Amino acid sequence: MTAPILDKPPTSPAERAAQRRQKRAAAYAEAASLGWKVWVAKIVMLGIIDALAVYAILVLVGQGQWLVPVIIGVVAVAVNVIYLRPGMLPAKYLTPGLIFLFVFQIFVVLFSAYIAFTNYGTGHNSTKEDAVNALLLQSQTRVENSPVYPVSVLERAGDFFLLATNPKTDQVYIGGENRPLEKVNNPEMSGDTATGAPGYRTLTFSEIADNQDAIGNLSVPLTKDPNDGYLKTTDGSNAYVFLSTLKWDPKADTMTDAKTGTVYYDNGHGSFEAKDGQKLEVGWSVWVGFENFARAFSDQSIRGPFFAVLIWTFVFAFLSVATTFILGLFLAIVFNDPRMKSKKFYRVVMILPYAFPAFLSALVWAGLYNTDFGFINQVLFGGASIPWLTDPWLAKFAILATNLWLGFPYMFLVCTGALQSLPEDVVEAGRMDGASVWQIFRHLKFPLLLVAVAPLLISSFAFNFNNFNLIYMMTNGGPQFADASINVGATDLLISMVYKVAFVGASRDYGLASAFSIIIFLLVAGISWVGFRQTKVLEELN
Amino acid sequence: MKVNKKGALGLLALVAASAVALTACSGGTAANKPTSSGSLTVWVDANRAAAMKDVAAEFQKEKGVKVNLVIKDYGKIQQDFTAQVPTGKGPDITIGGHDWIGGFVKNGVVAPVELGSKSGDFEKIAIQAVTYDGKQYGLPYAIENIAIMRNTALAPNPTPSTYDEMISAGKASGAKYPFLIGLDAAAGDPYHTYPFQTSFGSAVFAQNSDGSYDASKLTIGDDAGKNFAKWLGQQGAAGIFKPGLTGDLAKAAFNAGESPYFITGPWNVPDAQAKGIKIAIDPIPSAGGQAARPFAGVQAFFVSSKSKNKLLANYFFVDSASTEKVQTELYKAGGRPPALTSAFTAAQSDPIIAGFAKVGADAVPMPSIPQMGAVWDDWGKSEVAIMKGGEAVSTWQTMSTNIQGKVAAG
Repeated sequence: MTAPILDKPPTSPAERAAQRRQKRAAAYAEAASLGWKVWVAKIVMLGIIDALAVYAILVLVGQGQWLVPVIIGVVAVAVNVIYLRPGMLPAKYLTPGLIFLFVFQIFVVLFSAYIAFTNYGTGHNSTKEDAVNALLLQSQTRVENSPVYPVSVLERAGDFFLLATNPKTDQVYIGGENRPLEKVNNPEMSGDTATGAPGYRTLTFSEIADNQDAIGNLSVPLTKDPNDGYLKTTDGSNAYVFLSTLKWDPKADTMTDAKTGTVYYDNGHGSFEAKDGQKLEVGWSVWVGFENFARAFSDQSIRGPFFAVLIWTFVFAFLSVATTFILGLFLAIVFNDPRMKSKKFYRVVMILPYAFPAFLSALVWAGLYNTDFGFINQVLFGGASIPWLTDPWLAKFAILATNLWLGFPYMFLVCTGALQSLPEDVVEAGRMDGASVWQIFRHLKFPLLLVAVAPLLISSFAFNFNNFNLIYMMTNGGPQFADASINVGATDLLISMVYKVAFVGASRDYGLASAFSIIIFLLVAGISWVGFRQTKVLEELN
Repeated sequence: MKVNKKGALGLLALVAASAVALTACSGGTAANKPTSSGSLTVWVDANRAAAMKDVAAEFQKEKGVKVNLVIKDYGKIQQDFTAQVPTGKGPDITIGGHDWIGGFVKNGVVAPVELGSKSGDFEKIAIQAVTYDGKQYGLPYAIENIAIMRNTALAPNPTPSTYDEMISAGKASGAKYPFLIGLDAAAGDPYHTYPFQTSFGSAVFAQNSDGSYDASKLTIGDDAGKNFAKWLGQQGAAGIFKPGLTGDLAKAAFNAGESPYFITGPWNVPDAQAKGIKIAIDPIPSAGGQAARPFAGVQAFFVSSKSKNKLLANYFFVDSASTEKVQTELYKAGGRPPALTSAFTAAQSDPIIAGFAKVGADAVPMPSIPQMGAVWDDWGKSEVAIMKGGEAVSTWQTMSTNIQGKVAAG
């Protein structure tokens, strides 16, 4: 027998090089032998991708960003190389998946991890620049009882001016940035309002619209004394006298309250803070390191509910898996018995709860549990008013019962499948050796079953650990803890707690929520890792 | 250097010429049709989208400013606006409830608007509601408040002026429930119980002279509040206030003709009428002797603090959105009384609207300070506890202390 030439180990470097060349030539030949249609399709698709990449890079560079365009460029080049070079078959298959994995999974994970180290949330919503702008905007106060000046926007040599008519005296003034109002002697009038002045050009509405930023930012001092206020137009046709209470000094990085003289400094924590600890309301998002994690474990008003929720999450996930598995397995065994009649009919009925969307079922169950009007109290308990969803312990029980109803069909299906695939001869051998039914189940069927089902139990645990739908639809986490500073309750899971911290109520804390979600990730990953190792041990037993 | 007249004229001509050239470049078409590069992006909910479409089309025709309407789910607007404005992707204008203002201001996403003399044309409560920290942050277009919706077939006479008389009239009608109020089993509904609370003279926060709320003065725990708490416990014990009979269930019961009186807002009117229930809107009877004053919610347009089109947005407010025509159109789309006084008066030819408006005249604006977020939770929860038989005064006192703590914590 002769081995194929390629499998013969190459002996000399020259031979190896020759072999490599041969391989490459073969690959090129194979690539070239593809039909021209395939090539055209390939070129067109790559062309579209490249065009999109170039467009995206141009737009992003135009916005002054650098990192993202570089990444896009590198990825685009890599895609071209991978699909134009012959060979690299695995890369050809994996590249689209990898790109999507990065965009939709890894990027999202990294981004939430990043948020966990910032104080992003209510009051720290954006960048410092935005916060300064917002503070300055908010601190502009119209001088009380000051007149409304009808204005026209004028232009001269590229600068904008406001032509204002004092409504009381009908006197016309003109002024610009750093140029206090001065009288205009013979303005063009339209009714009581001045519309033009000699030497200036009046802007039309659309010109005003085109230069909104410049005109909106135009503040014309009323007099030489800045404390008299300044005229500003908010709509291009009326101007009001404003006074700004806050003054921003970019060099010293301070905000000064013009009225009280209080100086607010950047406190390094995303806020302007005065010496006496008073803060300005609008802050910005900054990097805070491990502070959110520290708060989760050290702040008593967060730690208390956090641990209560953590324990309940474990209990809920464990009991959910255990109860559904036990019931599902029991039913699977019962319906697997050859003596059982009309098995098919029962099996269909069994699977029905699984066929409904889970959150719909959860809503229906929430209605059934209603204290005064629910089916359970009204019919099953003869009109009792048992507070199923408002008592902490009963609510936990109700959640578990509902999840049992929702979850057992899955376990039933899985166990039925596993039972049917057990080798009959092993069971037969056990029976020959005189094992009882219980012994056969305990020592033969169950271990064999576990090999198939254990990974599913672990994934079911992970699923229930994050079973947001059920909690959100049934109790929304309630009944609430009375003493918690975050709005969580007795049936909240970690995931619904994260949701509430981030998205519910007036005070949102995305940083803390992201920190919690990282903790959840670590927990689930750890449990799954241990679980799968145990499963391997099971497999080796066989 | 002194610019002589000729030079100035020449310069002017040059500028004009270049401006014309620029306008031509930016795509101006017909000479007499104003066009501009400015455009406004406005978030609206589906209800008001149809009305806004006409308004937008008209504004575009008159001013050459394109108005892009984006239809959003109303429940999502508050969160999306807060999140998207900082990214620069948010709208120029959004609609919303006035009670969002506190959060918007704290997050720096909303810009003050200056209505000038126009603010006198609006209902006083509407302007009060959009005023935060002395400045107006929105252009109001609708006012909503709750009132008593009466089934005229079961109770032909107007609702009595005291709560006890209403309950006996309700019992006399022979209907299943003498009076309906929607209350969540866990969270209660302080919004709907508030009129009765105010009839005892109790309020959440002290009000400043301009109608704004002072977050540093929590008044909910005072004696008036405790009297209300005791009364609430009695109503719970009597089975009239039932936590768990949620807003949806109460509405279903009313629409099935099971009660003559239902405390609710204009949003439930169309469904009741569709079920063939003949209704009238009456003032809320007093339980504690003083006037029952519900919360008023005011719907308004807000301008983003990062909008590049603030001037246009303000112009749109003054020129278009605050006219009687537009306010009336929005009222017809949303079914809430308009905020502009002239449109408000005109809308009262509808007896239902007039009924709500009459109650609204006594209403107090819902506090928009961010601290309110901390209040709702404890407030509703404690009311439920009291209605379920918890000791009224001590529960109320604990609630007040808890809220005080949360408000202080910010």
